[in-house]
Amino acid sequence: MIGILASIIDGILIGAVYGLAAMGLTLIWGVMNVINLAHGAIVVIGMFVLYTVANMLGLHPYGAVPLMIVFGFVVGIALYWVGVHRMIGRPELMSLLSTFALNMVLIGLGTAWWTTSPYNVQVSVPSVSWQGYTFTGTHITAAVLAVVIAGLLYLLLYHTRIGKAVRAVATNREAAELCAIPTTQVLAMAFGLGVALAGVSGTLIATMFPFTVLSGEAYQLKSFVVTVLGGLGNPAGALMGGIALGLVEGLATPFMPVSWIPIVEFGLFVFCLIAFPRGIFSFTKA
Amino acid sequence: MKKTFYLAAAAMLLIACPAFAQETITIGFTSSQTGALNNDSTAQMRGIELWRDDVNAKGGLKLGGKSYTVKLVSYDDESQNTRVQQLYTRLITQDKAQFLISPYSSGLVATAAIISEQYGKVMITTGGALEKTYQLGNKNLFQLYTGSSQYLAGALVALKEKNPKPRVAFVYEDDPFSKSVVAAVRDTAKKDGDVIAVDESYAGSTTDFSPVINKAISAKADALLGGGHYADGATLARQLHEQKAGVKWVTLLVAPDSPKFAELGDSAVGISVPSQWEPQAAFKPDFGPTVPAFTKAFTDKYKIAPAYHAAGGYAAGLILQHAMEKADSIDQAKVAAQLNAMDVTTFFGRTKFSTDPKSHGLQVGHDMVLAQWQKKDGKLVKEVIWPKAAKTAEALY
Repeated sequence: MIGILASIIDGILIGAVYGLAAMGLTLIWGVMNVINLAHGAIVVIGMFVLYTVANMLGLHPYGAVPLMIVFGFVVGIALYWVGVHRMIGRPELMSLLSTFALNMVLIGLGTAWWTTSPYNVQVSVPSVSWQGYTFTGTHITAAVLAVVIAGLLYLLLYHTRIGKAVRAVATNREAAELCAIPTTQVLAMAFGLGVALAGVSGTLIATMFPFTVLSGEAYQLKSFVVTVLGGLGNPAGALMGGIALGLVEGLATPFMPVSWIPIVEFGLFVFCLIAFPRGIFSFTKA
Repeated sequence: MKKTFYLAAAAMLLIACPAFAQETITIGFTSSQTGALNNDSTAQMRGIELWRDDVNAKGGLKLGGKSYTVKLVSYDDESQNTRVQQLYTRLITQDKAQFLISPYSSGLVATAAIISEQYGKVMITTGGALEKTYQLGNKNLFQLYTGSSQYLAGALVALKEKNPKPRVAFVYEDDPFSKSVVAAVRDTAKKDGDVIAVDESYAGSTTDFSPVINKAISAKADALLGGGHYADGATLARQLHEQKAGVKWVTLLVAPDSPKFAELGDSAVGISVPSQWEPQAAFKPDFGPTVPAFTKAFTDKYKIAPAYHAAGGYAAGLILQHAMEKADSIDQAKVAAQLNAMDVTTFFGRTKFSTDPKSHGLQVGHDMVLAQWQKKDGKLVKEVIWPKAAKTAEALY
């Protein structure tokens, strides 16, 4: 019984980080109808930023978190202008292909620079033990930081003018233009925000596990599942969806071989697409 | 007129003198310079390169009245089967390699074996213990490593010396090598009536072992046997320590044998590994360097101690050299005949290949040892804990 509880807690901790990763994806999707297939590559950028900061520059690993948020925002805006701007308003397949191409370029550059060998950043944080089970400090810290960043995002979206502008553009772009909101710049910023979120989730993941240039794919898949669970364009839903996914993983693990867990996850994915097309946690528009 | 005559005479003399001609013999292989198998594959390649340097420093190979410089042609297989397929074909058809050495890791060796057999080229396999590869009907494969079914046999015996009725957890990589290793030891454990607390495989790319470690804790496992290769093995060892799993005996495949494993610090203490060779081995070689000589030469050149992957690489070259010297030729059939007849001891141990057509090339002379990381005077060292004949320290439990 305790084993199941421990597994659930562990799952929730990881789930918070999944949620953070998915928030970036769902924000971009919700605001500009662009499915960002470069999401995985950006998670990997976050991982290597941690490696650079901690192993090469010798700074404190968690110092990479605010650095990544700023860096991700800037990179996101750049990526928007390079690959996404001209695809807004066009058929969705075009933005899909464009972000897919971006993904290939980023992964290619990453492989040329870092190769596909595994990298690891050793982060020591005191862990918490309970009844023979230990919750590693890095997992706990990552989950806490994920929730904090999600909270900051919420504050930004609902309590600032910029956030209001983003929500306005997401609701109806023409009406926002009529209200003298510079929608193109807002879209660029929203993309930057989405990339920053994805990148910082990569940084947090890298504090917990080793990674390679190709590690982003797995998290991109999980982000799609979480986005569907939480409802498109709903960042709060994404966080809750992430935690729900982590919960499902934690609940299922004691009862079946670990290699079966993806079957459960994607079964859930298909079920949600059929039964809850707007997402389980969707309160706003689809 | 006279000058031209003397020049022409000199030139003709040079051309007509075969004893002065230095020919090359090309040996091809791939190594995983990138990808998950990078760490151990590089060690293997360094072993092969050290062998080539030693041979060429002595003037090359003297065969059939001619002198041959050893030339190695190698490519990066990126730890991928598809690349192995392409590159071995290239080595044979374009680079005209006369002999082949295998890549590192059973999965890649199996792929390379298909190509080498297709073209009828002799290939010495090192870094691949999977036995199935030799049971598919081959003519020119020669395995250096002890087969995978032997890997954990010693670990189970050594474990039972400390705990006659252990609760065992099998946590292993989902690849042909690790699965065959665990299949063999699982049979033994079942026959002995041991409790198998956990029995799970994981994808090689797994980085989060906390679910399976929690399972091991829930099942109150005393011992954990398994792992796979370096990347996952090192991560598993680290997370076992971070989660304070309390497993008293941990034997992981491959990973703990690399000197790089010491970087894990306290996570490495007590972890044991089935090893093809250790620097403490006391073999008396029939030819080639002694164990201390090899260890010193490797450490001097690469500034890192050799583990069994490096030793296997060097031994592959050495055995091939011996076969060529005995055949006094580079002819494939003659060299293969010598390899088939071989029963020798080198610094790597005894080498004898099976000639039974159903398992041609399988290594039948070599034995494994079990090594364990222990703390000695505050530093991490690898000690041999099994078998008794090779022991250098008591096992930690």
